[in-house]
Amino acid sequence: MRDSFLLRHSAKILGLGILCALAIYAASSLFVAGSYGLAAVPVIAAGIITYIFLSGRRYPIRWLVPGLLFLFVMVLYPIGYTFLGSLTNLGTGHMLPREQAIEQLLGRTYAPPNAERCSYLVFQDAAGSFVFLLQGRNTILVLDGQATAVSLPDERFVDETGDGQPDRILNYRRLETREIVALLPTLQQVRVVYEGVTFGIDSLTEFSVQMPRYSYDKATETMTDLETGTAYTAVQGIYTSVKGEEIYPGYRVWVGFANYVRLITNPQISAPFARVFLWTIAFAVLSVALSFALGLGLAMLLNDPHVRMRTLYRVLVIVPYAIPSFVTILVWRGMLNQNFGVINQMLMSLFGSAGRVQWLENPWVAKAACLLVNLWLGYPYMMIVALGALQSIPHELYEASYVDGASRWQQFRKITLPMLLMPLAPLLIGSFAFNFNNFNLIYLLTQGRPAVPNTLTPAGATDILLSYTYRLSFEGQRGNQLGLACAVSVMIFLVIATISAINFRMTGTLEELSKNV
Amino acid sequence: MYSRHSLIGSMARHALLLLAVAFAMFPFLWVLSASFNATDGMQMQQLIPPKPTLAHYKDLFTSPQYKFGIWLWNSVKISLITSTFVVALTALAAYSFSRFRFKGRRVGLLGLLLVQMFPQMLAIVALYVLLLTMGDFFPFAGMNTHTGLIMIYLGGAMGFNTWLMKGYFDTIPRSLEESAKVDGATPFQAFVHIILPLVRPILATIFVLTFISVYSDFMIASIVLRTAEQQTIPVGLRVLISDNYGNRWALFAAGAVISALPFLVVFLVAQRSLVSGLTRGGVKE
Repeated sequence: MRDSFLLRHSAKILGLGILCALAIYAASSLFVAGSYGLAAVPVIAAGIITYIFLSGRRYPIRWLVPGLLFLFVMVLYPIGYTFLGSLTNLGTGHMLPREQAIEQLLGRTYAPPNAERCSYLVFQDAAGSFVFLLQGRNTILVLDGQATAVSLPDERFVDETGDGQPDRILNYRRLETREIVALLPTLQQVRVVYEGVTFGIDSLTEFSVQMPRYSYDKATETMTDLETGTAYTAVQGIYTSVKGEEIYPGYRVWVGFANYVRLITNPQISAPFARVFLWTIAFAVLSVALSFALGLGLAMLLNDPHVRMRTLYRVLVIVPYAIPSFVTILVWRGMLNQNFGVINQMLMSLFGSAGRVQWLENPWVAKAACLLVNLWLGYPYMMIVALGALQSIPHELYEASYVDGASRWQQFRKITLPMLLMPLAPLLIGSFAFNFNNFNLIYLLTQGRPAVPNTLTPAGATDILLSYTYRLSFEGQRGNQLGLACAVSVMIFLVIATISAINFRMTGTLEELSKNV
Repeated sequence: MYSRHSLIGSMARHALLLLAVAFAMFPFLWVLSASFNATDGMQMQQLIPPKPTLAHYKDLFTSPQYKFGIWLWNSVKISLITSTFVVALTALAAYSFSRFRFKGRRVGLLGLLLVQMFPQMLAIVALYVLLLTMGDFFPFAGMNTHTGLIMIYLGGAMGFNTWLMKGYFDTIPRSLEESAKVDGATPFQAFVHIILPLVRPILATIFVLTFISVYSDFMIASIVLRTAEQQTIPVGLRVLISDNYGNRWALFAAGAVISALPFLVVFLVAQRSLVSGLTRGGVKE
């Protein structure tokens, strides 16, 4: 018993030690990279975890640590980031913090017009590291980052072809021109310092002396282009000249509520946003209503004891539920293809060329197609829950109303529907919330298309808010507008929070749950 | 409510049901048939393939042009690892919430419920930036890595699942662990050896629910996984077919059929325990 106690404790101490080591590594690399605020996070997290595991009083929390760790990093932090990001200009060209953008700009160089130039050879070893041989006034060998003048012949050089140029230096092999072309973006990053002068690749065949391109004046916050003498000042997170020229990369700055204001007041953004918003609500409401109607109808047919082969029917109509939706959505997209799709082929054989429906191309038909496919995906669930709820309605109600002379329709309106809606309301609201964010359906079926003309942002006729956010973030033709996308996310969150609040209020779930915890 | 039907009423009912069956089954049958059709495109496809062939299935796995085998493996691997970890993490958390009384327990439980309202997909921009930054320091968990993706999924799976599992744990009598404690077991030993075997149905439920949602995720996977070698089935399948309905339809159909299989297998295997897990997790004794 004592041995296992010791063993457990040493294992715990060892684990905590590894955790703290990792945290210190993460913190120091963040600190070196200049993210001073972020560097504190791993240290604080590791400190809290160590405390929880060493303090006897916090024993129950230990069990929560692994889950909470991921919850904090992958849910809470991103939520906070989204809120804060919506107040910035985050996006293409505005990804970096200011210090890093300045640092990048200051690292840029240019070749002055009368700069000294020299030809060069590149060698590479199996591990991928480079050796350069610059051939100008002096012959300079750049090996392991050290530039030294060499006098020929050198015993490290091997000339296999006899053209007077070395083909190998030690175990580095000379690269041919086409290999250099492929590696050019990497090679252009290389800077060689020899006797205090910086050299860099200027063209495919030449190195040249490189001068720093920009100088930065901290006091006036001005970036000056040393090649042209133009002065750039910071405007909304980007260095801009008087003439309006901008130099990238810019950096992210706080813009306050500018993204929200743009969503509401800039007509090229607000008009498509309003359309997307309305369609999202219409899509979610209609999807729930249609699939509930079909599901309920089928449930009533299948609940009827006089219908034969009910079990077989039930199994067959549940099929859509057992196939992953991403597969069937793509299949539907194929079936709705305007030129080759089976649906149009059948319609055309019936109605001739009038049957060639623009399922995914016409804005209104595409909306209908989204609803149709979502109906197909959604009704089995509704049918299953409706079947369950139907069976719980007491028979006496129908018998009593029959005695009172109620018609079938009256029975349905006054008994079935109210008795169903009561238990199913939370599920319907849940289904609404699900469809409100049914990204897979919209994106895989239409990608939000067809496009709406005259917009600044990529908004399509079938885009819902979530797919709109996605396209703003990752598919912008004029750069991705992540800050704006965050603002849309926050608005979706507000809608969902409202729906959930109504749901909780209506059903009293929260009260019930908080009593039960 | 239901009375005997006249002949016409009965026929009308069966007609409606047959219509519904046709609606439900047609896409399924159509894609199944496409995968066996000898033609590549959609135009010549017939519902009953005149010359059925398995060539498309073979192409999918043998042709170096398509990475379908890799996508399938990636998808299954990511889904299995994620589900296993989710079950472990939520079981630990739910056990603590169910058995211990501590400061912050109530706040924690209600907090989980509130956090769950904010779908992780909404924070897609933040997750993207987070992984970009993380990749600079921990390349194994940055962009285009399975580790990074799995970690995102692990964060999103806590709320609802913890509640479901806690409800189930509450139904297990505490006397079981107390007797184990008398015998000298630590709480963790009691948890592993006594409680876990008893709550297998709910573990299976959480496992399957997580598997299904991770296996079907397109949005987050499409952002994180950038190269064909790393991608999962939903992302890869979409690239495979993207506007190639004219000439890759049959190949896609074969891929679609195979993609549905792991999903079906998990669904069928776990169906029993799934139902009992869901119903028992919801109620309290």
